[in-house]
Amino acid sequence: MAELTAVVGIGQTKYEAKRLDLSMPGLVRDAAEKALVDADCSWADIDAVILGKAPDLFEGVMMPELFLNEALGGAYKPMLRVHTAGSVGGSTAIVAASMVQSGVHDRVLCVAFEKQSESNAIWALTISAPFSLATVAGAGGYFAPLVRGYIRRSGAPEDTGIRVAVKDRENALRNPLAHLRLEDISFDLVANSPMLWDPIRYLETCPSSDGACALVLENESLASKRSNKLAWIHATEMRSEPTMFSGRDQVMPQATLDNAKNLYKKAGITKPREEIDCAEIYVPFSWFEPMWMEGMLITEPNQGWKMTYEGATALDGDFPVNMSGGVLSSNPIGASGLIRFAEAARQVRGIAGEHQVDGARKALGHAYGGGSQYFSTWIVDSAKP
Amino acid sequence: MSDRQMDGDKPSEHDEDVTLLRVPVSLDYDYSAGVSASRFLRGIEQGKLLGQRCPVDGRVYFPSRGSCPQHAVTFGDETVDLSDKGTIVTFSIVRVPSANIPLELPYIAVNVVLDGADTILMHVLDANPEDVHMGMRVQAVWKPREEWTTSTANILYFRAIDEPDADYDQYKEHI
Repeated sequence: MAELTAVVGIGQTKYEAKRLDLSMPGLVRDAAEKALVDADCSWADIDAVILGKAPDLFEGVMMPELFLNEALGGAYKPMLRVHTAGSVGGSTAIVAASMVQSGVHDRVLCVAFEKQSESNAIWALTISAPFSLATVAGAGGYFAPLVRGYIRRSGAPEDTGIRVAVKDRENALRNPLAHLRLEDISFDLVANSPMLWDPIRYLETCPSSDGACALVLENESLASKRSNKLAWIHATEMRSEPTMFSGRDQVMPQATLDNAKNLYKKAGITKPREEIDCAEIYVPFSWFEPMWMEGMLITEPNQGWKMTYEGATALDGDFPVNMSGGVLSSNPIGASGLIRFAEAARQVRGIAGEHQVDGARKALGHAYGGGSQYFSTWIVDSAKP
Repeated sequence: MSDRQMDGDKPSEHDEDVTLLRVPVSLDYDYSAGVSASRFLRGIEQGKLLGQRCPVDGRVYFPSRGSCPQHAVTFGDETVDLSDKGTIVTFSIVRVPSANIPLELPYIAVNVVLDGADTILMHVLDANPEDVHMGMRVQAVWKPREEWTTSTANILYFRAIDEPDADYDQYKEHI
């Protein structure tokens, strides 16, 4: 029987294009210290440190976990670095959670970060295999043809992506930590922004951000002594599949469907749209909101765009998505998945400030990465299972 | 600052934080292609497009890496000759520069299924962006023979051919 585990501390940096005021160690330290303050514990109380980030090639720093561990109070403690491409933030939380759930450790710190101002993600993601032609400029170049495939098969109106972008960018205005806060956001502003990777527009695309996020996780015997509201982890799930194989459904990969089914089974959820109060989903390009509403089995195949269209995913809708402004508003890649998991926890703890969903008790945190091939998710709840 | 003044240390321009430093790193790698990829590359060096068949489901992989990513089995030595004609299953018009892509913007990135293959090849299409569409029939335009090397870049780009569009149901599983 696994140990019940809770999120007792959450820390985030302010997300910005360039955090010139902080080095990489400073960035992770800032998020970790805030998580410790939230958890009311000290560095000495932490049993193990789990660090996640995207590929080393981004910043060009080999094995950053080695020199960052000391900034995270990791001396003489177990330390692990996690990597699963863009989903890494989510996987980092799941690895940390599994260390507590397994009974190996009582209290674990997990931190994920990216310093995109010191990196070149488009270049790093455009490295192709030897002897082949590089044609895919960054993640957008990879995903744009899949978005086109989704539009073709679902018959979604072409402005669905614009509507997602407007909604997420409006939500970001409620989040003081968000990187992109566009006061003049409007349908026309997004619609008239340049096409980068047709059919994906500039304002339907995530920014490049600097930032870090940290969580403190505790087992039940420690967490139960606390009097404040906690986020209890009801279920976690990770799935993967190869980038390319014949007949692979890249728009709706088997791995996301398997992930969703198993997550809900573990969490005892039979009607996800009704039982989950809000979700923070990895949407780096606006169209991935309707795609993952289907991929997470929140709605039927080819119907995800209707949720956006009908306002179901708005902050006051029946299934709010990306209350924080999402990846579209803050994107320190390695941390982006953990920020989703953290926002789900903030919601059920009732500490999400201006972007709080009233009465949220059960929330979904979600991340994906690679060529839509890594999926990490969790369900957190204000009550124990 | 106030601490330093108390210590009598005069602030100067050298007290500015170093906030950003450029540190270029470069490295050339050797790469062993292995038996299967070598066979594929020797083929394309001669203008031949060699696929390989998965023994589990019979599907033809191009390019082949010698094993099936889904079933974790090897393909053996047998190859399948493929046409340089194919169908565009999906595409993007790219207006974002990348330092390692030597193409003028905008360019059309296409996912092509070659006739006889069951996997997609990522390449570029030479066409007016307004004309490109899913199901479009295309053919490879090759570099001059004397410039052929062991690379899929021997194909300069794909170009539309005068054939009716493929039916969506025929290629939709490759999107």
